[in-house]
Amino acid sequence: MFALTPFEIGAIELSLKVAGLALLGCLPMGLLVAWVLVRCDFYGKSLLNGFIHLPLVLPPVVVGYLLLVLFGKQGALGRWLWATFEVSIAFSWKGAAVAAGIMAFPLMVRSVRLSLELVDTGLEDAARTLGASPKWVFITVTLPLILPGLLTGTILTFARCLGEFGATITFVSNIPGETQTLPLALYSLTQAPDGDLGALRLVVISVVISLAALIASESLSRRINNRLR
Amino acid sequence: MQKKLYINIDIKRKKDNFMLSAKIQTKGGLTVFFGRSGSGKTTLIDLISGLDTPDSGTITIGDQVLFDAESRINVAPEKRNIGYVFQEGRLFPHLNVKSNLLYARRFINTALDPVMFKTIINLLGLEHLLNRRPSTLSGGEKQRVAIGRALLAEPQLLLMDEPLASLDSERKAEILPFIENLRDHLKTPILYVSHAMDEVIRLADTMVLLDQGSVIAQGEVGDLMSRLDLRPMTGRYDAGAVLSVQITAHDTEYGLTELSFSDHKLMIPHIDLPIGAHLRVRIRARDVSLSTSKPIQTSILNVFEAKIIEISPDGSSQSEILLDMGSPLIARITRKSIVELNMKVGDTIYAMVKAAAIDRHSLGFGGTRVRHTN
Repeated sequence: MFALTPFEIGAIELSLKVAGLALLGCLPMGLLVAWVLVRCDFYGKSLLNGFIHLPLVLPPVVVGYLLLVLFGKQGALGRWLWATFEVSIAFSWKGAAVAAGIMAFPLMVRSVRLSLELVDTGLEDAARTLGASPKWVFITVTLPLILPGLLTGTILTFARCLGEFGATITFVSNIPGETQTLPLALYSLTQAPDGDLGALRLVVISVVISLAALIASESLSRRINNRLR
Repeated sequence: MQKKLYINIDIKRKKDNFMLSAKIQTKGGLTVFFGRSGSGKTTLIDLISGLDTPDSGTITIGDQVLFDAESRINVAPEKRNIGYVFQEGRLFPHLNVKSNLLYARRFINTALDPVMFKTIINLLGLEHLLNRRPSTLSGGEKQRVAIGRALLAEPQLLLMDEPLASLDSERKAEILPFIENLRDHLKTPILYVSHAMDEVIRLADTMVLLDQGSVIAQGEVGDLMSRLDLRPMTGRYDAGAVLSVQITAHDTEYGLTELSFSDHKLMIPHIDLPIGAHLRVRIRARDVSLSTSKPIQTSILNVFEAKIIEISPDGSSQSEILLDMGSPLIARITRKSIVELNMKVGDTIYAMVKAAAIDRHSLGFGGTRVRHTN
């Protein structure tokens, strides 16, 4: 029987929690940044674009280390967070979510951007002549039209967050029950002398979760595309 | 009844190397903005809709100021209550036809009058399309839905940007009657952009001629069409005088229809309309020939006695001659004939119009609004 152990359930729950929170941050931010990159023209646009894509090309350890320097107890942002909100994200699951979110952010921006570039602004103009304010144009025309891109971005981001390792272990360490997500738990097992079976079980779990997410997104995007055809 | 809604436009807009400077006044009905591509027609209605902003000037509809550069008034497009039918339809692909039609209702507080909905659906022949997706519609159907969508917003003014340009002639013939219906049955004034003279003849009450960003002339279609100085603008080969006529008889034996206008009769090939119907007829200048003596034995059915009003000072081999026969008529003949027949302004002459030359494209229906110029 393939009954999950409490250790495995804990890792799965934590992973979903971390990826979920990261996604929650990436969605609105990704929409905003993609919109700015597609629709606005300003000085330093390519710099912003490059900066956003950095996590895609930098070694994850670098990102994790930078986060540690910034958000650690002694870091500039970490001290400020502690002083104003009495919150510290270093070595907590929230920090893991921040690390995962930053690593996955370029994927979200890229997907949304691609579909936003395909939206005919003429349709948005038409909506305005029909009485829709810019806010309503976005809600009733732009958003439905970029839904496929948004969905792809969501799946990619979620998957990337589930698999995040390097930045996470550098920034928030590998604390069971707090920051030990699936990949980190798997890593720990591979380091243990008798962890082979446990590691194999986590591999199967990872494959099942990822596959389920992919299949769900595939069927959802097919349904959306049918509506848009 | 036509509501008299005066539209006053006096604006300037510079765009790259193009300068639009327009001063226009219309008073309801259907006004065509006519000109070649690049003459600024679309820019002009974009400015009226609010999708583009003038550099200076004013736009008012009735007593409502939509734009005034000096007092910094610029009403947002969604608050102007102006319907816009675009060249390419621009239906929302993620909504079905019914949702497209009702899109504007989300932003209107009053409930939709079901009678009005039915009227517009019937007028545009949309009832069997309501559940379809825009991607499954033909070009003509899309354009009809786009018109319905704009009308169901209950606009105070309807803008149409070459709504027929992307359609083949069959689809065009399918939509034209719908637009004529709108003109005759709705009180909403329409500004209609076009570069096709047959659309002007069929649809327009008044016309604004645009060229390279400037207004060349504006006024009643019949008046502008009989001005020789506007020939280069109104189309050298395809244009001609426009007459407002009434069907007075059908000759079933020879398959002809008799049209009457200012004490004259014009015979044309049979058209399937009841006696008494009002029509607009364009008589192309190239289909009119002239004779200094009354032709007796000729195959041409329509001979009119007329006076020469103006001979266009044209350096080419052909000239246009403006005639008065109670209504204006334009003839296009060679300069050689003018000299050989010794034609002068003030002469009385016989104009011959070939019946077979008048085809469907020369006819406009319900055109009772073109007044005679005498």
